[in-house]
Amino acid sequence: MTTKHHPHETGARLIRGATGDWEIVLGLEVHAQVSSKAKLFSGASTEFGAEPNAQVSFVDAAFPGMLPVINEYCVEQAVRTGIGLKAAINLRSVFDRKNYFYPDLPSGYQISQYKSPIVGEGAVTIDLPDGSTRTVGIERLHLEQDAGKSIHDMHPRYSYVDLNRSGVALMEIVTRPDMRSSEEAAAFIRKLRAILRYLGTCDGNMEEGSMRADVNVSVRRPGAALGTRCEIKNVNSIRFVQQAIEYEARRQVDLIEDGGKVEQETRLFDTKTGTTRTMRSKEEAHDYRYFPDPDLLPLELDAAYVEAIRESLPELPDEKKERFVAEYGLSAYDAGVLAAERETAAFFESVASGRDAKLAANWVTGDFFAALNKAGLDITASPVSAGQLGALIDLISDGTISGRIAKEVFEILFTSGGDPRAIVEERGLRQVTDTGAIEAAVEAIISANPDKVAEYREKPKLMGWFVGQVMKETGGKANPQAVNEILKRKLDG
Amino acid sequence: MSALTDLSLDEARKGLARKDFSARELTRACLDRIAAATPLNGFITVAAERALAMADAADARLSAGEGGLLEGVPLAVKDLFCTQGVLTTAGSHILDGFVPPYESTVTANLWRAGAVLLGKTNLDEFAMGSSNETSYYGPAVSPWRAAGSEERLVPGGSSGGSAVAVAARLAAGALGTDTGGSIRQPAALTGTVGLKPTYGRCSRWGIVAFASSLDQAGPMTRTVTDAALLLRAMAGHDPKDSTSVNRPVPDYVKALDGGLKGLKVGLPKEYRADGMSPEIEALWARGADWLRAQGAEVREVSLPRTRYALAAYYIIAPAEASSNLARYDGVRFGLRVPGRDPTEMYENTRGEGFGTEVKRRILIGTYALSAGYYDAYYARAQKVRTLIARDFEAAFETVDVLLTPTTPGPAFGIGAKTNDPLTMYLNDVFTVTVNLAGLPGISVPAGLDASGLPLGLQLIGKPFAEDELLRVAARLEEAAGFSARPQEWWTA
Amino acid sequence: MSVDEGTVRRVAKLARLRLIEAEVAPLARELSGILAWVEQLGELDVSDVPPMTGVGASLKRRADQVTEGGLAEEVLRNAPHAEDGFFTVPKVVE
Repeated sequence: MTTKHHPHETGARLIRGATGDWEIVLGLEVHAQVSSKAKLFSGASTEFGAEPNAQVSFVDAAFPGMLPVINEYCVEQAVRTGIGLKAAINLRSVFDRKNYFYPDLPSGYQISQYKSPIVGEGAVTIDLPDGSTRTVGIERLHLEQDAGKSIHDMHPRYSYVDLNRSGVALMEIVTRPDMRSSEEAAAFIRKLRAILRYLGTCDGNMEEGSMRADVNVSVRRPGAALGTRCEIKNVNSIRFVQQAIEYEARRQVDLIEDGGKVEQETRLFDTKTGTTRTMRSKEEAHDYRYFPDPDLLPLELDAAYVEAIRESLPELPDEKKERFVAEYGLSAYDAGVLAAERETAAFFESVASGRDAKLAANWVTGDFFAALNKAGLDITASPVSAGQLGALIDLISDGTISGRIAKEVFEILFTSGGDPRAIVEERGLRQVTDTGAIEAAVEAIISANPDKVAEYREKPKLMGWFVGQVMKETGGKANPQAVNEILKRKLDG
Repeated sequence: MSALTDLSLDEARKGLARKDFSARELTRACLDRIAAATPLNGFITVAAERALAMADAADARLSAGEGGLLEGVPLAVKDLFCTQGVLTTAGSHILDGFVPPYESTVTANLWRAGAVLLGKTNLDEFAMGSSNETSYYGPAVSPWRAAGSEERLVPGGSSGGSAVAVAARLAAGALGTDTGGSIRQPAALTGTVGLKPTYGRCSRWGIVAFASSLDQAGPMTRTVTDAALLLRAMAGHDPKDSTSVNRPVPDYVKALDGGLKGLKVGLPKEYRADGMSPEIEALWARGADWLRAQGAEVREVSLPRTRYALAAYYIIAPAEASSNLARYDGVRFGLRVPGRDPTEMYENTRGEGFGTEVKRRILIGTYALSAGYYDAYYARAQKVRTLIARDFEAAFETVDVLLTPTTPGPAFGIGAKTNDPLTMYLNDVFTVTVNLAGLPGISVPAGLDASGLPLGLQLIGKPFAEDELLRVAARLEEAAGFSARPQEWWTA
Repeated sequence: MSVDEGTVRRVAKLARLRLIEAEVAPLARELSGILAWVEQLGELDVSDVPPMTGVGASLKRRADQVTEGGLAEEVLRNAPHAEDGFFTVPKVVE
């Protein structure tokens, strides 16, 4: 949680400049839309994709005399998220007005929480591609209103203003400057999104804008004091966050090495060019004149309310991962992959229930994920259900089919569906365990290939060739263990 | 027919119920009188046709025996309340042409009780003023004149037009709002009754906001009974206003009965300071005597931080206003003055749309909240506010109500105080403390000064003790026996 | 606290108020007067006093129900200028 000690400080995360190495220091402010039906302070809908200004109450459009009343569900989700981030819940928080003029901010102020947020300090463990983990400190989480949307390309002389998003509830989650690479920032967002989805407090859909990030980037010589930071506003995908960081860090290093100075400013990421640039409209120095919103009293929660929410929390990714290792004997890596998304974990647990968990994990992370990836499908749209995959695994475990045949059956399940056992029966894929039949096949091959038999006496490695022939003869259905045993007995005996 | 307009609200209500006259007749009488009173400039909008239609509907309900508490009673409404389908200006150029698509909770409550909307009354722009002179629509003029003078006098403010409507018998009663004295001060200056309820008693939803933590709607009437009736219909919990309080509304009219035996009345000694005029001091003493004569126990109390109230108020109210008025930007309603980009459009619109006093307060408020000054001004004023509220809490441990003058003096001439904002602000010196502490206060006409102009006395009560406050006010009213009324110079 | 004309212009800019030149000097004078008068608040010791930001006890809450919307026409009706179902402002350059 501290910014000073980084046990994993390694050269790999430094970037090289003309005058030596530089370290990137990153902090994030993630705006996550609360998964509520109505807005934070009004009864207008939050649904995505409505006609312009169709989801606007007179409160959202800041008509004279309109007053805010807070949505209790949004309060509950903020507390829930706070607990999920292992953070302190503040039993008293205050809504402030952040005053500034902008066309998509109808009241001329945003209701937010400045000095007294609903959630205080917490922590998120991020999982890095090399299997290691790191802790990113959470500074705070507060509730605030989203602004409307300005559209600049629909008219030659006017910007259009749509207030459908005006007043939608956001949780702003602010991290400590604890990340040191674009991969870590990406891992943080992925992990945060997983936690939010587990909790059900935000759908994490970055394409529809329900999650976006402001990225604070600065560079410094390793171990030196923090450099001047730039804030890149409103980046709306993990890939763009990474691109923006890479570009911005390089820009700052080049600037400093050329004798320049980084100016603290707000920048915009251009998704077309992959570059960042100064936001002209935000150039003017800000003086937000925060003060407690006199239309709203302080938000007071009682400890029992918070405890009741704590009790109702589901198992979160980190706990689930630990349990997968302990309960199913999975590797930390597999457990992490399976626990990363709530749906994946549920799918796996359903497949593994009453079966060989490692085999289930191999199938889910192996053929199953590969097939989904190839088809570009989300697990929720999988053509193969957990029940079907489980039944398939049952056929392997009880010796009905071999692993190789199982792959064939899986292909059929994925493309045409059906019951795995019925597929095996219809297509005659049942494994031959009848030793008589296998013995007959073995004898036929031995008698047809006396030269190979002689050769085998010199080179026992030729066993593999015989196994192959028998499998060919039986159409791959022979139980490989039985084939081995019988061959060995006949050839050696 | 003009005698109908002389009836008090309660008398009118009873006459209507008895079918002595119809709501249409009464409304027509008011409309005629309003039409003849244009020199008073009390109304910004007269909704004549709509008023008659509402009166007809009231008559129909009265005939069917379904009349509400205020069935058929014609009222004037300060043009700060949003009224669905009726122009609402807040006395400002910036709300040009704004017709609200919604009805404020308080006015909706009145129409549900059967009342009739005559029109929207003049006010200081965004309720910022104590004389009604900051209105974009020109000053409202008091029906009162000093003896032997033709000087036009202010009716007080900011609810000046409502005070005019009640004092000149243009309406049976009126609605005002009070942020620092805007109901009580004009009531005192026009010889009428004005009540500011406890903060949270009446919903603020649909009232154009000035200073959200101080604003409160209230009745302006010719009698205390009328104020009780009107408040009963206005008050109540509103789920749309986070600061509206969920507690039952007592029957304020029933609560009017009863004497003052054993009542403890406090006279805050700090109100005497700062060169109070002998005339006001004498009126105050007389008021105390009236209460004492009815069995009340009158004693001096101390509100030690009183002298800081006005300064705290003139930081807090402008600060909240500077933010509340940010929404007037030329985008969604009202005036728009074009510009090359949004910023220029805002600056042009707001520069042209707001009058001088509003600009002054927006600037003070913006300054007081800006980086580097917040702690010195806004935060400090909020702390002083706490101390002022504590002063009242302490006083109310020993007394039930407080008696004070409402204003430092009688009505003044139009233009007499417009050159110096500070002099104007001093009009609120006895009333702002009540808003800062969120308490109920009522001004009752108590007498005339040497030149024949009305003066008022203020009673201040404990939170949500409007019933007790009204009872004491009724006894004060009886003792004062105020029966003077202005000469009708305006009907040429 | 004395407010000079530069401060008046800066605060007016922050509040988006176009002032005509003739307004600036009187406003500077009036604001200085008002703020000088407000200085008296400094006489009180408020070090241990909490600020009073409003009147009342607990914040009321609403249920998460969609109760409003579909009002685009009414929401836009009072707009000085609207097109294609949108409010408009002079073009913003990002």
